[in-house]
Amino acid sequence: MIIIITEDTNLGAKSREDGRAFDELRPLKIEAGVLERADGSAYLEFGGNKILVAVYGPKESHIRRFQRPDRAYIRCRYNMAPFSVDDRKRPGPDRRSMEISKVTAEALQPSILLEKYPRALIDIFIEVLEAEGGTRCAGITAASVALADAGIPMKDMVVACASGKVNDQIVLDLSEVEDKEGQADLPVAIMPRSGEITLLQSDGSLNAGEFEKAVDLAVEGCQAISKVQQDALKKRYGE
Amino acid sequence: MNVVPEITRKSITDLINNLERPDSRALDEYREISLETGVISKAEGSARVKIGSSQIIVGTKSQLGSPFPDTPNVGVIMTNSELLPMAAPEFEPGPPDEKSVELARVTDRCIRESQMVDLEKLCLVEGKKVWMIFIDLHILDYDGNLMDAAVLGAVAALLNTRIPKATMVDDEIVIDYENKEPLPIREKALMCTFAKIGEQMVLDPSLAEEEILSARLSIGMTESGNICALQKGGATPLTKEEIMNAVKITEEKTKELMEYLP
Repeated sequence: MIIIITEDTNLGAKSREDGRAFDELRPLKIEAGVLERADGSAYLEFGGNKILVAVYGPKESHIRRFQRPDRAYIRCRYNMAPFSVDDRKRPGPDRRSMEISKVTAEALQPSILLEKYPRALIDIFIEVLEAEGGTRCAGITAASVALADAGIPMKDMVVACASGKVNDQIVLDLSEVEDKEGQADLPVAIMPRSGEITLLQSDGSLNAGEFEKAVDLAVEGCQAISKVQQDALKKRYGE
Repeated sequence: MNVVPEITRKSITDLINNLERPDSRALDEYREISLETGVISKAEGSARVKIGSSQIIVGTKSQLGSPFPDTPNVGVIMTNSELLPMAAPEFEPGPPDEKSVELARVTDRCIRESQMVDLEKLCLVEGKKVWMIFIDLHILDYDGNLMDAAVLGAVAALLNTRIPKATMVDDEIVIDYENKEPLPIREKALMCTFAKIGEQMVLDPSLAEEEILSARLSIGMTESGNICALQKGGATPLTKEEIMNAVKITEEKTKELMEYLP
């Protein structure tokens, strides 16, 4: 009996690879308005992730297929720098970055008042300068700040954060190692004012109870990150 | 290319003909330059350079690979640039265009022809295994004169590069990731770019100046004053006198630029 209890306590207390608590985010820093040419921009550091986002528009779309008669069209490009990962990534889009571009655009879209700009195009360019797990969430979080910096009207600022299962424990904000070695990864994006979920993906295995716990934890993380987004804009534009 | 209003073109040209510039610089004066190295920890070497508001991140990666058949005993350097669509409204996503390829090739030429990196030392097994160094130029913000920024950033990133120590043990290559060493760097080279506007040649053209230039001249020069790369751009000819004068200014200005290197 005693042995089992001791083991249990050990398991429960087993700290994460980088010594974080199960519900602790990596250090986060966001800065708005960092580029000269772009209409809006944001730079974000989240753990070992370094992400730069630029927004152009709303502008006239000279590409017909990027035009909608009743609203603006969002074009999103998620791109990793060749030197952002351990083994050099060949430049240009691949299947992974194309999927992330698509779900990112869809995650941001519900917050933007697209109907104000029929036929226009809004470009969102996400550059991963250095990757350390959770780049899609970091990209979405930074993109919202860049959209706000560009003065694009939104009803909320989408924020994203992942949770997952590592060593049989539900944890917040997986690092690169935890993502690779863990049992499940669950990126979530929300509109923090309404709490509605705009991005949900998962790989790995979670039972219904674990899933609910993981979603709750991710939403909690999003709410904390949302404050940092707001602070970045306040710092740039005053209270 | 953006359409520049005739009145803007005329006012900038008139200023320069009077030996003045829109941002009140001297004709042979750089904008503010900043350079940091080691900004990307996953890269073997990296640098972030700003000239005015032009901003580039350069990262290097190393890989073991086969040498080219015609040069079996030297390592390989490859330079690649991406004019990211984030850098300017006129840059579109997609494969590298002419401008991007020219930037990468001129940067490559300046580094290669100056023989800055001792490529023979990057050869492990002649004809079989050499180090390949990738230099990736990531253009984040375009405010004119990317050439000089690209070369400055690339040289700084090479100086900052640490590659794992590779040794031959019984015909096998052993890579020691714990022990990293700098690249074998010899004499460094940098680049100065001039724009011909009106009757004058101006150093470090800003975006506004670049949009109206009639000809452009980039000169790569080593520390000891040898010209290692040249590139003329624009459809207007230059006189020999203009070129020689630019070379003279480059001798002095590359020395100034060297001061920014780590």
